[in-house]
Amino acid sequence: MGVKLLLDKAKVEGIRQYDVYRREGGYRSVEKALKTMSPDAVTEEVKKSGLRGRGGAGFPTGMKWSFLAKPEGVPRHLVCNADESEPGTFKDRFLMEFLPHLLIEGLIVASYALGSNATYIYIRGEYAWITDILEHAIGEAKANGWLGNNILGTGFNCEIYVQRGAGAYICGEETALIESLEGKRGNPRIKPPFPAVKGVWDRPTVVNNVETLAAVVPIINMGGEEYAKIGVGKSTGTKLISACGNINKPGVYEIDMTIPVEEFIYSDEYCGGIANGKRLKACIPGGSSVPILPANLLLKTAKGETRYMNYESLSDGGFATGSMMGSGGFIVLDEDQCVVKNTYTLARFYRHESCGQCSPCREGTGWMEKILKAIESGKGKMSDIDLLWDIQRKIEGNTICPLGDAAAWPVAAAIRHFRDEFEWHVNNPQECLTRNYGLAHYADPIYTPA
Amino acid sequence: MIKFSEEKLNKVQEIINRYPQGKQKSALIPLLHLAQEEYGWLSAETMDYVAGLLQIEPIEVYEVATFYSMFNLKPVGKFMFEVCQTGPCMVSGSDNIIDYIKQRLGIGVGETTPDGLFTLKTVECLGACGYAPMMQLGKHYREHLTKDKVDQIIEECRKNAGLLN
Ligand SMILES: Cc1cc2nc3c(=O)[nH]c(=O)nc-3n(C[C@H](O)[C@H](O)[C@H](O)COP(=O)(O)O)c2cc1C
Ligand code: SF4
Ligand code: FES
Repeated sequence: MGVKLLLDKAKVEGIRQYDVYRREGGYRSVEKALKTMSPDAVTEEVKKSGLRGRGGAGFPTGMKWSFLAKPEGVPRHLVCNADESEPGTFKDRFLMEFLPHLLIEGLIVASYALGSNATYIYIRGEYAWITDILEHAIGEAKANGWLGNNILGTGFNCEIYVQRGAGAYICGEETALIESLEGKRGNPRIKPPFPAVKGVWDRPTVVNNVETLAAVVPIINMGGEEYAKIGVGKSTGTKLISACGNINKPGVYEIDMTIPVEEFIYSDEYCGGIANGKRLKACIPGGSSVPILPANLLLKTAKGETRYMNYESLSDGGFATGSMMGSGGFIVLDEDQCVVKNTYTLARFYRHESCGQCSPCREGTGWMEKILKAIESGKGKMSDIDLLWDIQRKIEGNTICPLGDAAAWPVAAAIRHFRDEFEWHVNNPQECLTRNYGLAHYADPIYTPA
Repeated sequence: MIKFSEEKLNKVQEIINRYPQGKQKSALIPLLHLAQEEYGWLSAETMDYVAGLLQIEPIEVYEVATFYSMFNLKPVGKFMFEVCQTGPCMVSGSDNIIDYIKQRLGIGVGETTPDGLFTLKTVECLGACGYAPMMQLGKHYREHLTKDKVDQIIEECRKNAGLLN
């Protein structure tokens, strides 16, 4: 059993309720931070912990907090990013649904560190029932003196509000989120200025992911240095992985970042192996935006070393032979899955979600979807494969926000590693209609747990 | 005539109070959700009413309502099946579920049954990929869908429709 810092109490009966959560040691970090530490000291602990943002980009959280501008007399805000819309990702939902008070506890401590008296949770609109859970928990926290004015007699005031989005992946991007919070379309802003200087209502703002903010609780409780001892290298602490696709045990797992990918997929503690006794073909290890890897490059790096579930190891080899930790959305494909079809559904997703401000993204995502659809349905030409490559290359790096890159990378990786499958579709226009064709990229022989 | 109940208007005020003075436009999306809960969809008249509540221009409301996929700009059935079709759900068999619903309800994607009960919509990833195939029905998710489960859900909706009428 690995270390559990976030989900250790998830199975405790009634943990959603304040009384149970408190009895289990909840809100200790608020007491410790507000009563014994200065706001800067809290930030310092987070820096020491080495915590990296869990929303996808992996930016060091303590550093982000220390960049927050603090002009005299201008209010600052903390905004919790609970938009969670990256395909394959459902960890924040799990955390909020089962441990709402953990998030609220983390938010209070972070709000104190940043000086936010009004903190907002921006949650994707579809998570309507979770909004109710959070609002209920906020009510309980407030009734028990953890929110409101003069918390614990320290003079610190804080309110937390939940704001629902309304169906737009792009609102997970922090500046689009801010626009949306201001009651506008979710069009990303050009940076700079960064939110740390000019965020919501032009006030200095920090946007952090749900999991990031929840991790502040164990960091304050155990101290940043202790937290940093868990994990390896710059992958400190624990990470939530949401695993899905063709595995025996889809779900949300908390891992310490020292376990091999192979163990994560095949051990009964985690994914429990590939479903229906099939072979592993490919995996998108960090949410739909990160490069897909064929089985051989997933389990071992190009150098033949064991690949581990952490930031450094997953990206070992760069995009040529590696991928990314991303949001921790772990999507497993078995030997029967069609990479062309999978790539097509993702391209459709990005076309649907492009806000339309930049031509390369708006037009490029539409083109990629169309071409992939043609290839998938046996109407593609060999030259389409190069055309796809060309389009994705022209999107990457040429847009206001990273959604353009996020749309380009999956297409690039699919062609890079599975070109034979695209060609097979073009050469077999009839056959590809009636079956998913898995060319031999799968892990073979099947791994047998020791 | 579009008009919120007294209770809803209190809720509106409570929402507006969450933001700094003069930033009441931030309440727009929450208010559109309130309006859609009440009327099922957002007509021009409803949007104009919301604009009035927030003292902003109607165009500012239209701009937003057309951007977000959860807002219905035309009437929909009493029960909307919003089935996820993105990669992770697809590899877990969402295509079969969508086909089955089409066949059971006799409608295509984006259509509503003639009795006004059901609308079928396909949507992109709803954050339930590990519990696929899935759909959203009202405020809740229905997960691990099978043909049997779809049958049960349709049955349940028909029953509830009788109670609602
Ligand atoms: C298109 C796009 C979608 C994103 N969606 C999310 C999301 O749903 N949740 C999230 O926490 N971060 C998301 N991000 C990353 C945010 O912009 C931001 O980096 C993050 O919320 C920062 O929090 P962290 O430092 O705690 O990770 C997205 C970024 C992009 C470009
Ligand atoms: S890259 Fe795409 S989503 Fe991002 S701002 Fe440009 S058009 Fe919008
Ligand atoms: S892909 Fe269907 S819920 Fe994520």
